[in-house]
Amino acid sequence: MTAVFEPAYEPWDETRGAEIIAEHASQEGATLVILHALQEAFGYVPAAAIPLVAQALNLSRAEVHGVFTFYHDFRHKPAGRHVLKLCRAEACQAAGGDALAARAEAKLGLSLGNTTADDRVTLEPIYCLGLCATAPSAMLDGRLVGRLDEKRIDALVAEAQR
Amino acid sequence: MNMRIFIPRDAAAVAVGADEIALAFEQVAAINGLPVEIVRTGSRGLCWLEPMVEVATPTGRVAYGPVSVEDVASIFESMTSNGPHALRLGVADEISWLKRQTRLTFARCGVIDPRSLDDYRAHGGYKGLARALSLDSDAILNEVTASGLRGRGGAGFPTGIKWKTVAQAKADRKFIVCNADEGDSGTFADRMIMEGDPFLVIEGMTIAGITVGATKGYIYIRSEYPHAVEAMNAAIVAARRGGYLGDKIGGSTACFDMEVRVGAGAYVCGEETSLLESLEGRRGIVRAKPPLPAHHGLFGKPTVINNVLSFAAIPFILAEGAKAYADFGMGRSRGTMPIQLAGNIRQGGLFETAFGVTLGELVDDIGGGTFTGRPVRAVQVGGPLGAYFPRALFDTPFDYEAFAARDGLIGHGGIVVFDDSVDMRKQARFAMEFCAIESCGKCTPCRIGSTRGVETIEKIMRGERVAENLALVEDLCNTMKFGSLCALGGFTPYPVLSALKHFREDFVPAPTTLQAAE
Repeated sequence: MTAVFEPAYEPWDETRGAEIIAEHASQEGATLVILHALQEAFGYVPAAAIPLVAQALNLSRAEVHGVFTFYHDFRHKPAGRHVLKLCRAEACQAAGGDALAARAEAKLGLSLGNTTADDRVTLEPIYCLGLCATAPSAMLDGRLVGRLDEKRIDALVAEAQR
Repeated sequence: MNMRIFIPRDAAAVAVGADEIALAFEQVAAINGLPVEIVRTGSRGLCWLEPMVEVATPTGRVAYGPVSVEDVASIFESMTSNGPHALRLGVADEISWLKRQTRLTFARCGVIDPRSLDDYRAHGGYKGLARALSLDSDAILNEVTASGLRGRGGAGFPTGIKWKTVAQAKADRKFIVCNADEGDSGTFADRMIMEGDPFLVIEGMTIAGITVGATKGYIYIRSEYPHAVEAMNAAIVAARRGGYLGDKIGGSTACFDMEVRVGAGAYVCGEETSLLESLEGRRGIVRAKPPLPAHHGLFGKPTVINNVLSFAAIPFILAEGAKAYADFGMGRSRGTMPIQLAGNIRQGGLFETAFGVTLGELVDDIGGGTFTGRPVRAVQVGGPLGAYFPRALFDTPFDYEAFAARDGLIGHGGIVVFDDSVDMRKQARFAMEFCAIESCGKCTPCRIGSTRGVETIEKIMRGERVAENLALVEDLCNTMKFGSLCALGGFTPYPVLSALKHFREDFVPAPTTLQAAE
């Protein structure tokens, strides 16, 4: 069995944030690169980081905020301890993904796009993992799972809840 | 010599247990005291047989699949004794699903170790670049143009003409950008080739660079593909170390280097101008064209932007000559297309073949129908912006013009199969909803039209003034089709209108048999 992956994020720290920003700031078109690096370190992009990015790249805060909010990937607060992403695109729909998504929602007592009250599990839709011939598929904390059925989705939900 | 066992590291194989199987083979070999070399390859693309494991034998690589951890011990026994096994598929190259393909782009995928530059070269890699380096820019452009290669991202624009425009542009810097934002559901060819043969993409981009005079390339990969990002990064490092990226590539005077940039979950960034905005570090807002990226692209400089599969087709064209490529295909669609069979399909995967094969052959014959065993009712070709085709149109040949003539598109070559349990109202609604979620917001028909589309289709689903609302959806689709800036708003009408046209019965309630009491 694969060990449960526990993402370990650092708590937000301005000096550390500035360090990460400085590391990438000299690249051309660095905004997304920096936002990715911040999220990788802290698990989300803290609001306090936005002005730092703006200053480093000589952009307005509004511009950086605009970029941050445009992309689905960037989080303004930490996700749950585990993130379960269910592919909701057409190939997975054709393979019975709708019913499995509903099943996961019912088991966790929340709808896609939300986090359980105990902050354990974030359940999110994803539009295509590119596993369309082994559909339906999901991703739990970066681990891919294909050919989902009721048994497998139940096991994934249980693993995420642990 | 050690026994050599080949196990894919492709994400689709890993998602169904390939890593655990690799571990199990190591363990069973250790228990048996037999030294084995486990080579992690890409996928051959026979996805319903994944994880598919192969062992080298004097008569060729013998395949087993689909393998589960419980089978590993008995398969190992079969491998060592050359004995029978229920999952034994015979020599991989002889499997008819693979044998009937024409693999020009995917020739090495699933065969070689994608982390090994030596393996790539041993299997014909960098022959295309070697030939390109012996030609001048015009001669390379002639080859690319004569091959008839058209942009494999979906638009089908002739690659040679695009490159020529950039080659002729005067600027202090030019760029090569590879669009690896493969967001269409039902498509995974870019992912497979990046994971299974990444040097091929690098070689194609390098050839583009020396042809048009660009020294810097970017490959923009979607964040949903972490395995592809890892594979491309590793290959770039290896290519640089091997003298195939950087200064004096391949021992010539030419320079070209490239880097990976990762997207952030915006479907619209697959649109080329939106992708360029994103690469520049901005919101992925679509740019109005003209100016074309070929004149005014990344950072305002002349830019070749092509799909992964377009760049991946280039090394073959240079190595074997334009004619060898153009001899395949039909009409104005030359060469081969890596077609992806997906969704509710018995034998799904990557099937590369010459243009001209019919939709029916692909779905019924090659794909083997649905895995649920129910009748095929609809197939969506070309991703979320592609039309739904009914069985009545299964004689359509896979060709850009033939699909366009039937109000469809081949897009990036993805085919998603649905059985007869599909509710086409739901699919039409989803097309609008997806457009609403992913719209960049720049143009009104896409931004607002998609939301109004969802609402109107919901009214139809509730049975409210159905005829009027159907007419309204059709009218709205026309506005989106002709009024949107890019293909997101412009093509969302394809799935919606095709569902309305070919599956009308799902939208109009069946006439009630009860007569109202007078």
